[in-house]
Amino acid sequence: MTVIESPRTPARPAPKRGVNLEKWGWIYMRASGVVLVVLVFGHLFVNLMVGEGVKAIDFGFVGGKWADPFWQWWDVLMLWLALIHGANGMRTIVSDYTNPGTVQRILKGALLLSTIVLLVLGTLVVFTFDPCPAGSPAELLPSFCPAA
Amino acid sequence: MSATTTRTPIAPEKPATHKPGGTLYRGREGMWSWVLHRITGVAIFFFLLVHILDTALVRVSPEAYNAVIGTYQTPIMGLGEVALVGAIVFHAFNGLRVILVDFWSWATRNQKVLFYIVIALWVVTMLGFVPRHLMNVFSH
Repeated sequence: MTVIESPRTPARPAPKRGVNLEKWGWIYMRASGVVLVVLVFGHLFVNLMVGEGVKAIDFGFVGGKWADPFWQWWDVLMLWLALIHGANGMRTIVSDYTNPGTVQRILKGALLLSTIVLLVLGTLVVFTFDPCPAGSPAELLPSFCPAA
Repeated sequence: MSATTTRTPIAPEKPATHKPGGTLYRGREGMWSWVLHRITGVAIFFFLLVHILDTALVRVSPEAYNAVIGTYQTPIMGLGEVALVGAIVFHAFNGLRVILVDFWSWATRNQKVLFYIVIALWVVTMLGFVPRHLMNVFSH
């Protein structure tokens, strides 16, 4: 008789004590997903639907948005929730299609490394952004810059 | 049954008395929901990697950012943005469906109906987005 294991059979049973990280990962995907629906739909609406849409996006557009802490925090929250959500989803896919071993460790390590690098980069960019860099052509800058 | 077993999901010649478990792709609403969720998720992930890097160019110079974001405003990329938004909207609505199926027994029983509701909401949302976006992309 052929025995096919239930698809929900875990490769390793959940730990009996301490924190069950896989459970919290499962909860994170759902909690972040609900918030991301709001954040991403708002992002798409403001950047693609309002006014000239994608045609209006340039340095001045970004400078105008990030002059407001509301949009800085909107974008940083979206960055963290979305990148961790995406990387954790990719981790699930790597686990599904590779066996435990060197290849799987390399793929998961690459996911972890790229996630950390991009979270640090993106957060620094949003909070250290200078909308009026000295020496730039006035016509490329937001209208509130002294040079513009 | 023979000692050797096959892992490929081929249809049995006669109805099996012991149906195999849920590891076979069955081609119904639940499978397509899962497949599309995976494909759209991977596509959105790789766009997100690129999008964080291109946005980071605002920290380099206005010229560098405008040069790269200008490529997002070409007709071909405009069509790519339709595909991207289509993927995001499906992943969003189907993700909400997954949450409902996980936590609400009515939704678990009616997951097929919910899949068609996801498709319907996707069509409505895209009807609102695509004409507006293409007008922006193809007008000067």
